[in-house]
Amino acid sequence: MRVQLFGTCLIDTMFPETGEATLRLLRYFGVDVGYPAGQTCCGKPADSGGYSHESRMAARHFISVFEKTDGPIVIPSGSCASMVKNHYPELFRDDWQMREKAEAIARRTYELSQFLVHVLKAHEAGLTGKGKITYHASCQLTRELGVREEPRLLLKSLKGTDFIELPSADRCCGFGGIFMAKMPEISMALADEKVETIMSTGADVVTGCDHGCLMNIADALRRQGSPVKVKHIAAVLAEGLT
Amino acid sequence: MSDPVTGVPFRANAIRALSDSALRAAMRNATETFATKRAETVSAVPLEEWRDQASDLRLRVLDHLSDYVDLFERNATRAGAKVHRTEGAKEAREIIASILRGHGIAKVVKSKSMISEEIHLNDFLQKQGVKVVETDFGEYIIQIAGEGPSHIIAPAIHKDRRQVGKLFAEKLGCEYSDDPMVLAAIAKKILRKEFFSAKAGISGANFAIADSGSIVLVTNEGNGRMCTSIPPVHIAVLSIEKIVPSLSDLPKFIRLLPRSATGQILSSYMSVITGTRKPGESTGAEEMHVVLLDNGRSEIVKGEYREMLKCIRCGACLNACPVYRLVGGHAYDSTYPGPMGIVLTALLDGMERAHPLLDATTLCGACGDVCPVKVPLPRLLHSLREQRVEKGFTSRLEQMGMAGFGMVAQSSSLFNLGQAAAHLLWPIARKIGPKDSLDRIPRPVSKTFRKIVS
Repeated sequence: MRVQLFGTCLIDTMFPETGEATLRLLRYFGVDVGYPAGQTCCGKPADSGGYSHESRMAARHFISVFEKTDGPIVIPSGSCASMVKNHYPELFRDDWQMREKAEAIARRTYELSQFLVHVLKAHEAGLTGKGKITYHASCQLTRELGVREEPRLLLKSLKGTDFIELPSADRCCGFGGIFMAKMPEISMALADEKVETIMSTGADVVTGCDHGCLMNIADALRRQGSPVKVKHIAAVLAEGLT
Repeated sequence: MSDPVTGVPFRANAIRALSDSALRAAMRNATETFATKRAETVSAVPLEEWRDQASDLRLRVLDHLSDYVDLFERNATRAGAKVHRTEGAKEAREIIASILRGHGIAKVVKSKSMISEEIHLNDFLQKQGVKVVETDFGEYIIQIAGEGPSHIIAPAIHKDRRQVGKLFAEKLGCEYSDDPMVLAAIAKKILRKEFFSAKAGISGANFAIADSGSIVLVTNEGNGRMCTSIPPVHIAVLSIEKIVPSLSDLPKFIRLLPRSATGQILSSYMSVITGTRKPGESTGAEEMHVVLLDNGRSEIVKGEYREMLKCIRCGACLNACPVYRLVGGHAYDSTYPGPMGIVLTALLDGMERAHPLLDATTLCGACGDVCPVKVPLPRLLHSLREQRVEKGFTSRLEQMGMAGFGMVAQSSSLFNLGQAAAHLLWPIARKIGPKDSLDRIPRPVSKTFRKIVS
């Protein structure tokens, strides 16, 4: 099977090791991974800021890059995947030609954990890991894509790990894209509350499907001097691969 | 003349709230309790089916709003009430004042009403020499504290019992106690005298029934019933979208409202008031006025934000909102706080005043999940952010940044260049840029994923 990977601008620019983990994971399951060269950012920052003109620019570019390819589009981020799946068709609601293209792209798009569970059955593959892991359920992943069980299924399936459910796992961590920069005090206070619940689990790793949130959580952990490690779900799942 | 409108200083208000540890503890405790109880009670019922039915009914009313208002007016009048249709806040205030003046009434008891807050009724009446006594316990607390409500159903949610104890000791001259039962007993004793000496009672309405002309009050303290049945004159003030077609539709909302609001299956009291006291009845007002407020709603119902008018004011979105539960309602400096409040403030007060409030959301979507009538709050908030940009209410710097973002996002060569520049210029950016955001994110790498993979 061949899939197209959208790396996301955050992973591309700041967390390339997560991109590598995603590649290893998909290849482990025999997937042939394409990485369309022209890809940039999905446009989510502009979209959540209300800049529909600029988010359409990004969306048009994304669509033009990926419509030249075939197969599922896999995105290791709930918010980017929801941007493509849910917001792209909405952005072009008044432009039927673009809307059709956006809908075709949306149909091909999977968030990583969605793809791993529904297509690759990775939760039945007996992957291994280590340590005590808890999971932050990011907002767009949970509420816009409805991906609630998939990441938990994957994490619970890891041999050699303890999965500990995070209290109020789906409460916003305070990242919110542009919110983080415009309301830093609230953003940090929310991240501090999130860290409080993370520490209450006794886990040594907190994971999630969105690097934006994980970056915000990592910062709060650092500020509080916590030893809890932050890893994207792709990194956690790829850890035990040989 | 009115002052030029300035935006709500939400960020400054929020910073102040965040440094108030008593407020934060009270907010956390109360919103957590409400949200947990709500989750427990709704888990035992076919919630999705109920939400769909309630939403459909609300939409049906909105589709024919002016017809339902006419029908309500006809039936309320037939039942003995005098209906006053008012366009704006000023008109509504003046009508209420003139009713009181006509009877020479100098004191009113009042049950909780957000519409009276929306039209700033208390201030107006007090300036006219009318003593207004709030009789909902939470409203009573904030009235003697000289504050406005910070939650649409729990107005004093931001205060803990110690603060209330101190306030009572200071303002009422009673002995300090932080026992809620003792404090409630003190208020009850005072309010009981007021109920029996006031010549008029003012209430809001949770619903109005078109085919019977009734108004419906849902309370937990019984004060609404006292206000509307003891004084000879009852004035109900409500906005036009509160109407439901028929009494038989009411259960579809009553089963959702207390569950969503406080996690109760039913509230302690529910009153359906149809007109004035009839011959042979032992309670009820001899004269009833219903002040129907439009305040822009006839226009809102025609536009893309019409679904906001489905709202039944349960407050579930406030309790679910991560921002609200952290900073409380006063930070919004508006009649209505939280997610529904942001949307309503934008619609009722305009973008000039509301635009900073659009940053009081992470767009996490939690509000939309809990709304009992499926108001698409996340979509409305997002759409208002778009409107804010279109109307030019974002900073020049942000507009330029986003224009740059758009250009970079549509060109992979510019994107590559941007990544390289971000990596190189990071130390400088850290020095001159906004510390409170840049300090929190890692430095862009030199070996980006695209370089590794290609």
